[in-house]
Amino acid sequence: MQKAVFPNKLLPYLLLAPQVAITLVFFYWPASQALYQSMLKEDPFGLKSKFVGLQNFAQVLGNPDYLNSVRVTVVFSVSTAVLAMALALFLATAAEKVVRGKGFYRTMLIWPYAVAPAVAGLLWLFMFNPSMGTFAYLLRDAGYRWNPLLDGDQAMLLVVVAAAWKQISYNFLFFVAALQSVPRSLIEAAAIDGASSTKRFWTIVFPLIAPTTFFLLVVNTVYAFFDTFGIIDAVTGGGPAQATQTLVYKVYNDGFVNLDLGGSAAQSVILMAIVIALTAIQFRYVEKRVHYA
Amino acid sequence: MAKIELKDVRKVYAGNVEAVKGVSLSVEDGAFVVLVGPSGCGKSTLLRMVAGLESISSGTVQIGDRVVNDLEPAERDIAMVFQNYALYPHMTVRKNLEYGLKNRKMAPAEIARRVDEAAKMLEIGALLDRRPGQLSGGQRQRVAMGRALVREPAAFLFDEPLSNLDAKLRVQMRAEIRRLQRRLRTTSLYVTHDQLEAMTLADTLVVLNAGRIEQAGSPMEVYERPASLFVATFIGSPAMNLLPLGEQGIPGLTAPEGLFSRTRPAETLGIRPEHMRVVDGEAPRPEEMRFDLTVSGVEVVGAESFVYGTLPKGGSEIAVRVPGYSHAEPGTPLTAAADTSYLHRFDRETGRRI
Repeated sequence: MQKAVFPNKLLPYLLLAPQVAITLVFFYWPASQALYQSMLKEDPFGLKSKFVGLQNFAQVLGNPDYLNSVRVTVVFSVSTAVLAMALALFLATAAEKVVRGKGFYRTMLIWPYAVAPAVAGLLWLFMFNPSMGTFAYLLRDAGYRWNPLLDGDQAMLLVVVAAAWKQISYNFLFFVAALQSVPRSLIEAAAIDGASSTKRFWTIVFPLIAPTTFFLLVVNTVYAFFDTFGIIDAVTGGGPAQATQTLVYKVYNDGFVNLDLGGSAAQSVILMAIVIALTAIQFRYVEKRVHYA
Repeated sequence: MAKIELKDVRKVYAGNVEAVKGVSLSVEDGAFVVLVGPSGCGKSTLLRMVAGLESISSGTVQIGDRVVNDLEPAERDIAMVFQNYALYPHMTVRKNLEYGLKNRKMAPAEIARRVDEAAKMLEIGALLDRRPGQLSGGQRQRVAMGRALVREPAAFLFDEPLSNLDAKLRVQMRAEIRRLQRRLRTTSLYVTHDQLEAMTLADTLVVLNAGRIEQAGSPMEVYERPASLFVATFIGSPAMNLLPLGEQGIPGLTAPEGLFSRTRPAETLGIRPEHMRVVDGEAPRPEEMRFDLTVSGVEVVGAESFVYGTLPKGGSEIAVRVPGYSHAEPGTPLTAAADTSYLHRFDRETGRRI
């Protein structure tokens, strides 16, 4: 790469300034505020605060509610990622087989990605709300006791399905591209080699799209961790009895509803650490991207 | 081992595009048949129909004594070598070779025996634990052959297997494929667009054009008696010289008395460059035709040269093979001669040999 040389020593810094300013104002400042805040304790009236060191962290990590939230987050994220990816892969392989109207099907399958999380949540809430949802009505008619407002497992199921539904389109796009990059002749060779279509998929296609699958696993986990606030807020509000209160939702709830600013800040610092770890994994992976050729 | 029999095989794609227009062909047990033709002539489609990778619109394909039209590729007892080798990139060479056998639930001892045998035959024993990505083009080609070999199928199908190799390797692998096929005596159907490959490999050469068989026969038969203008120009390099015969004969061509009186005007004459010689002042022989040419260019190949000259009045360009090095200067006149017994005659309307 050629080195660009600017005639003016100040110019390059000026060109960088807007980007740096935005990052400073919208990331470093709040992040450092959170870090600072996480070591303070407010009095009940919010009039003054005192420095308490790592006490907030100790309290958060020692709190069974917090550990429950960790468990909820893991269950929620893994279920959402697995469900969203499995369904997307299934749809992508099915879309591969469509001969006529391929473009139409693909476009239709991609649309849900354009729906905002909160709106997606509302859609599912309307469908499955025990008092007014159409599907809830049908489920009850079928003799199933459907009430996500009381049953934590059902609430979890509902938010997982809603969150996965929204992510399927994104995964679908990547899987379609990955499937197209598997050379046809490999599949033909496997067919001649006596592998059934199911066997061809698991022994040839699936290993070859593994890089995409891994990439999506990271992206979906991050999505389930951090981008599903809107869905949870709209569908369950974290309930019933904290059954769907993920880590991100708890930060919001403790900080802005319960006004425990120090504890909430400590939680967001822990979350920040998790983001950094996840990002590191992702970068490591992108750099060492598996190449088959 | 088996015979492959095609009967009036057709392939019609959506939109009524006919890629293969009724091909009947029989490949004898143990024979090496090469399908050759320009791109788009339907040769690959035909091969893929035999393999079962392409549906058959009408007609029948028989392998051994079974009509295989409705059988899956795996059930046809064939093995195929692909142009891009189609090796499984995530498996080692050994796994690649074993894959087809494991799918058929073969006993591990037998699998090991076959893999070892194929590895020995193709000299890829040292590569068994590598992945295709770590191999050179020639090595991949060998592995692709090995994968077909271990199957011990009734027939081998080759889809331009050498076209991704460099020239030197191609010649080497060509000889090797020939030797293996002679040794194993497995019925083979081989598709190529390279006429040199076709000539050197085939027991029977089948020239395809626009979805039809133009001619089928032994390579020398096809070379010496091309059945049509298409075959005449497709096989042989440089191509056969063609002379469209007009009402007044051909300007610049002196032929022995009575040669053209037997011919009709709507004819094209053909003569191969190697059947022509440069005349250096000697008197014409009675059975000879003479061409008055103006040299337009010279190609020196090494062991021989090709002198190109044009007949007067905008006539055809004629190639003449000259042994060794030719010193002909472009723009100078040149007289060439050819024995009339080497003349090929084609009907210009139908393109068929007369």
